[in-house]
Amino acid sequence: MNKVLLVIRREYLSRVKKRSFLLATLITPLIFPAIMGVFLWISFSDDPGEASLRIIEVVDENNEFFLESTDNFAFAYTGLDVDDAKELARHGARYGFLHIPKIDLQNPKGIVYYSEEIPSLTLIGNLEATLKRKIEEMRLYDSGIDPEVISALKTDVSVQSVTLGTSGTEAVSNASVNYAIGFVTGILIYTFIFVYGNQIMQGVIEEKSSRIIEIIISSLKPFQLMMGKIIGIGAVGLTQFLIWILLITVVSSVVMGYFGLQMPQQQILDAANPESHMLGSSMEMNQLLQILMGIDYPELVASFVFYFLGGYLLYGAFFAAIGAAVDSPSDAQQFMFPVTIPLIIAYLGLFIFVLDDPNSNMSFWLSIVPFTSPIAMMGRISYGVPFSELALSIGLLVLGFLFTTWLAGKIYRIGILVHGTKVGYRTLWKWFRAS
Amino acid sequence: MNALEINSLCKTFGHHPALTDINLKVPRGAIFGLLGPNGAGKTTLLRIVNQIIEADSGSVMFMGEALRPDHIKKIGYLPEERGLYKQMRVGDQLLYFAQLKGLSASEAKAKVDYWLQRLQISAWKERKITDLSKGMAQKIQFIATVIHSPDLLILDEPFSGFDPVNAELIKNEILALRDLGTSVILSTHRMESVDLLCDHVAMIHKSHKVIDGPVYEIKRSERSRHFQVKLIKNENPVPPDWLDVKLHQDHISFTVSLNGSLPNEMIRHLMNYGEILGFEERVPTIEEIFIKKVKESTHE
Repeated sequence: MNKVLLVIRREYLSRVKKRSFLLATLITPLIFPAIMGVFLWISFSDDPGEASLRIIEVVDENNEFFLESTDNFAFAYTGLDVDDAKELARHGARYGFLHIPKIDLQNPKGIVYYSEEIPSLTLIGNLEATLKRKIEEMRLYDSGIDPEVISALKTDVSVQSVTLGTSGTEAVSNASVNYAIGFVTGILIYTFIFVYGNQIMQGVIEEKSSRIIEIIISSLKPFQLMMGKIIGIGAVGLTQFLIWILLITVVSSVVMGYFGLQMPQQQILDAANPESHMLGSSMEMNQLLQILMGIDYPELVASFVFYFLGGYLLYGAFFAAIGAAVDSPSDAQQFMFPVTIPLIIAYLGLFIFVLDDPNSNMSFWLSIVPFTSPIAMMGRISYGVPFSELALSIGLLVLGFLFTTWLAGKIYRIGILVHGTKVGYRTLWKWFRAS
Repeated sequence: MNALEINSLCKTFGHHPALTDINLKVPRGAIFGLLGPNGAGKTTLLRIVNQIIEADSGSVMFMGEALRPDHIKKIGYLPEERGLYKQMRVGDQLLYFAQLKGLSASEAKAKVDYWLQRLQISAWKERKITDLSKGMAQKIQFIATVIHSPDLLILDEPFSGFDPVNAELIKNEILALRDLGTSVILSTHRMESVDLLCDHVAMIHKSHKVIDGPVYEIKRSERSRHFQVKLIKNENPVPPDWLDVKLHQDHISFTVSLNGSLPNEMIRHLMNYGEILGFEERVPTIEEIFIKKVKESTHE
């Protein structure tokens, strides 16, 4: 056990002390705030001047349609005839030309948009929507209904959903918040497994190809070395994530603060404080606050940490075995398949099934099978998972981890000492049988 | 008591036998040469002794006890193919290896400093392995092997990659350790180093042991009782049993076989042909014996 600790310490320190670790750790979290900052800067400094305004000439033979100009488009009614307007559009004096011939309101046809360039979908969509609204209003008017009455009758409805706990608790829930939690945590676990699994593989290949393994292996068991490496690199990853979370929180608040915005957390705090008067949306904020308070954080955090580590350990053993089987990273490609496929199934399953309907049959199986559960279960957890299912999933993941480690250990202990032979799946099977 | 006793050890990889019924006794405080061409099974044998792989059958006794996992801290193993963490500093690396062998942090630190000073390379302590030459790295590997003061030192091709000066340095370190009571197994296919260093040799060829015993005994049993003679010849004609006759400026040299007679009788006989300048038995080198044995077993 003591030797495993020594290996963990070496793997951890040798990576954390590297300049590249420091750079990646410090720069990565700066990327998000930097991108946010750039967007904010552009949107704040963007002054919609005349230059960016596109003028569209309108010839309306009905004299009924008055289109309101938007930020990007202005509509001009100069009263030209069709040919002159076409000419203007052709020579670039106008961005485009909209021709509305005399139309039958029951069956509007013949509206044409002319322009030099192919118009964007958004522009055509906007024109269609505006015209549709106008025509509908006109038809309502013709049937004797005042459009003002219609707009006065418009009502906003939002259904608040409350989940009933078995112990009699009621928690305000919101599918989009749960969706976001499942989405973010699932992707984090997926990324973590791939990035740090690869580091395990690279580390094993380094030890094997430079023959360090030959010196070390007389001092400790291959299994101890493998576990030390997996745990040590996992600890590096956790350290990096922790620093990132801290940095992103701090730097994002600084950036947002600079532009006079507030982080959601601060808004929640403000909403909780009755003396700070929120602008109109205090009702929504209150609701969001309730939703966020309704989440079972200890359960969420505990399951995240468990599936995060469980998934990493399960796949980490595979990455170690692959590293042991090959002489160089380029040979590893052929063995990546069985590792990549279940991970991608879990990733796609998260989006297609789990986040869409966390209680479907497919979601259930994805969150139970150890190879997909670390990612898929995170999509369900914030919606609330029955204890029995959670226990089954956790138990199977632990068993799965023990199984992959046992399997990988057998391949690893032979593979690390084999050089120069072309290794295929058949060889792996032979090694597995031999040990 | 022997440092190591290997009894009827067998190991096959698939259908390929790596070791067939190997019996060996490695005496304490001596240098034991393990010889054999590439692929004979030497590395397999050493890996079994180091508990890296397991034998199919047979037993290994270390210092009179059946080999146990905790014996590895009393064994130092320098493998033939060896490397170091390129990005680690020399000092940290040696510290790591020493601790893996079971030394406490403070013991390990003291030992690292002792050995770096002994080989006069203390200045390298803070340097990374990437900055060192191959010979320098070999010295670090040697230190890593002996840092925990093992009772049994197993060296697989220890001189490969060394320039003559450093090879001599390492050879003297091996002899010094032997004199302190360390038992040494030296595995090599380069025989010239064996004659000078080893007290005892064993040869493995195609998974079988072909020779085993103290160097002087092997040489005596393999000698053909041929003598190299130098003499200033008189007028008597050269007899037909003189072989390899060579004329030099003032003397001739040749080889004679005793053919059952004693050396003194031969000298008396040779005195009839002139003045004897030299009379020395031709003892085969370990290399010659080795090549002979390999040829014998290949022709069988």
